[in-house]
Amino acid sequence: MKHFLDITRETCPMTFVKVKLQLAKMDTGEQLEVLLNAGEPLENVPRSCEEQGFKVLSNEPTDNDKHLLLIEK
Amino acid sequence: MSTPVDKKKISIVCFSGDFDKMVAAFTVATGAAATNREVTMFFTFWGLNALKKKKGRVATGNSLMARAFNFLMGGINNLPLSRLNFFGASPILMTKMMKDHNVATLPELVEAAHALGIRIVACEMAMKILEVEQSDMIEEVESVVGVATFLNESENSHIIFI
Repeated sequence: MKHFLDITRETCPMTFVKVKLQLAKMDTGEQLEVLLNAGEPLENVPRSCEEQGFKVLSNEPTDNDKHLLLIEK
Repeated sequence: MSTPVDKKKISIVCFSGDFDKMVAAFTVATGAAATNREVTMFFTFWGLNALKKKKGRVATGNSLMARAFNFLMGGINNLPLSRLNFFGASPILMTKMMKDHNVATLPELVEAAHALGIRIVACEMAMKILEVEQSDMIEEVESVVGVATFLNESENSHIIFI
């Protein structure tokens, strides 16, 4: 199952908080697509996900300086 | 799933009961917890006001002095801004500005801290002075501890004093 989270309107620390809480609700093997802004969220969200043992499957730029991250729990 | 790295630990001493400093404490705490750190928040002195179950002004305690102090300090809804408080108007204005800029407000940060499982502990000595019981505080207060316990538990932590 694939979940989706848009954190482009969030600011620190809720960018990380919302991703962490969403991943906590998901089962192992499920995927989460996260739409995020360049800068602080792009630098730190993928890194902190990997530190927690989640797999970052892809990280693709989209329109307007945003990025789409695919994470597997 | 790849192997998670060992959790780093952070302990935050919440001494100040100022609105802006409490926002800073909960911002650091939630940011740290969301980025794989184990977080403990130790509330002492004026910081205890943020943990009171009653969010407004209530005369908690037995002695006249304690009841007066607790009434005047109030709860989390009465935390003053450390500068330019303007008799309590500024925290309301600041909260509006935070909402206008999509920044998490203090209640949202507190809620996130609970959801992230941040450990909340209260200072035994400050509670004794101010005659605040654990039953006067929110249920998320995990325990009431002394400074020795706090330091022992924080031995491998970064300690931040706010």
